[in-house]
Amino acid sequence: MPVQLKRLLILGVVLFSVFLLFKYLLTPASFGQYGHYRGLALEENAALTAKYTGSEACYDCHDSIVAVKNESLHSSIACESCHGPGFKHIEDPENEKMDQPDSREFCAHCHAFNKARPEKAITQQDIREHNPDEKCIECHNPHQPQQ
Amino acid sequence: MNPQFEHLYEALSKVDGYIYPNEIELSWSILIVLYPFITGLVAGAFILASLERVFNVKALRPTYVIALLTAFAFMLVATMPLIFHLGQPLRAWEIMITPHLTSAMAIFGFVYLWYLMVVLLLEIWFDYRADMVVWSKDAKGLKKWLYKAFSLGINDASPESRKWDDKLGYIVTVIGIPSAFLLHGYVGFIFGSIKANPWWSTVMMPVIFLFSAMVSGIALVMLVFMVLNYVRRQKIDMLCLDTIAKYLFYIIIIDFTLESLDQIHRFYEAEESFEIISLLMSGKLFVTLLIFQILLGMIIPLITLGTLQFFKPKEKIRQAIYFVTGLLVLFGIFFMRWNVVIGGQLFSKSFYGFTSFKLSLIGPEGFLMASIWLVIPFLILAFLLWLFPPWKKTQHEHLPAE
Repeated sequence: MPVQLKRLLILGVVLFSVFLLFKYLLTPASFGQYGHYRGLALEENAALTAKYTGSEACYDCHDSIVAVKNESLHSSIACESCHGPGFKHIEDPENEKMDQPDSREFCAHCHAFNKARPEKAITQQDIREHNPDEKCIECHNPHQPQQ
Repeated sequence: MNPQFEHLYEALSKVDGYIYPNEIELSWSILIVLYPFITGLVAGAFILASLERVFNVKALRPTYVIALLTAFAFMLVATMPLIFHLGQPLRAWEIMITPHLTSAMAIFGFVYLWYLMVVLLLEIWFDYRADMVVWSKDAKGLKKWLYKAFSLGINDASPESRKWDDKLGYIVTVIGIPSAFLLHGYVGFIFGSIKANPWWSTVMMPVIFLFSAMVSGIALVMLVFMVLNYVRRQKIDMLCLDTIAKYLFYIIIIDFTLESLDQIHRFYEAEESFEIISLLMSGKLFVTLLIFQILLGMIIPLITLGTLQFFKPKEKIRQAIYFVTGLLVLFGIFFMRWNVVIGGQLFSKSFYGFTSFKLSLIGPEGFLMASIWLVIPFLILAFLLWLFPPWKKTQHEHLPAE
């Protein structure tokens, strides 16, 4: 065997061994436990506290508002979609208040004119032209938007 | 107004007709255009080198090493546009250590590594090994130690050992040709296999990418060869230059035929996506496709190179024509990648509308960033030419193919 081939083979074996060593050291221990991902990722995510409590939790105290909203065009929107996650408020309702967004930009998240949104399904406005200096909630009640 | 909504309204003003919300902004920009462009240059330059080595085109001998070094310099940078586009460079090694064998993208890591380590590096090493042994005796300082390290401590530069270099190098080249086809065919496969996108989804895509890669790689080596001779004030070997141009001409004919065939097939089939695609070609892509890619990048080079096959003006004029043609070809192939990558994202998959794309100057996906990744390979090439000057190699013919 010529000397260059011998040296290359040695180098090749060394490089491959280094690769295998790195693969062994860097692959997370729980990789492949359930599928092609780190198995512990599931447990780590499951251990996180849930931030959203669901609309049923709101109904316990705010039943009148929830009832109004559930009869309106916004019936399919969850309370926390606008008011934010409620996990702290449920534990300490006095000190931890929910968000009460009232800006034009907030409503525009859904109601700004967008060609890709079906107009039959969602009312849309060009927020640069539709009463530009007013707040939406001065005319529209978000819990009863059709009025 | 909230900047987020200014952005939304600006984005919406770019939209024509109906488009899904996730199609308004392009997720792949100029860095993803560069990736197939640079990979193509690598594959093309390598194939030019193998013309000399395996197919025994002796006139191309002066470009053999230049082609290999060019391919190597661009290969080192080929993954950079992808890594910088993804923006998580520290995760790049994960596709290597936890390989996902059914993902075409993940397999790229191995195709790339095979081509870089087993094909390009080994072929260059076998070609330079004996020279490095000789050079390490005269060189001083850093160069001396680099030569010693790169020759893996071997001191043998005898004719016998050179014969082995030639033999082993030849075997590597033979393995290299299908590997180069695999490397660039694979890049085409990534686009060609996306069945939701009618502009990309064609079985011709890998073949078209491969031949356009050959076109761009040959043109690049031709330019590098000419520039090197100008810089070193050497007379250009016109037989060699004419031969490169001849092969460039042949490959452009094949590439042009394949791309035309693909388009004719699209026109004749006229599937439901045909209307939006013909609007795309005559509208949004008019300049980059019809003017840049086809007229400047294909038809003019075909005419000039074709004319020079029958009519040979003076050497200086021929050199000037080759130089301009080489630049045009590279320009055209860059826009071929542009039209595939950007063009495929400009129309809605509902087939009812378009978005538009404006290239920014700065920023992670801007023109300057892309320019950096196009300049760096030339700096690497300059370094390689300094460390391994082809003109200082001992002259010897490769063994004829057995």
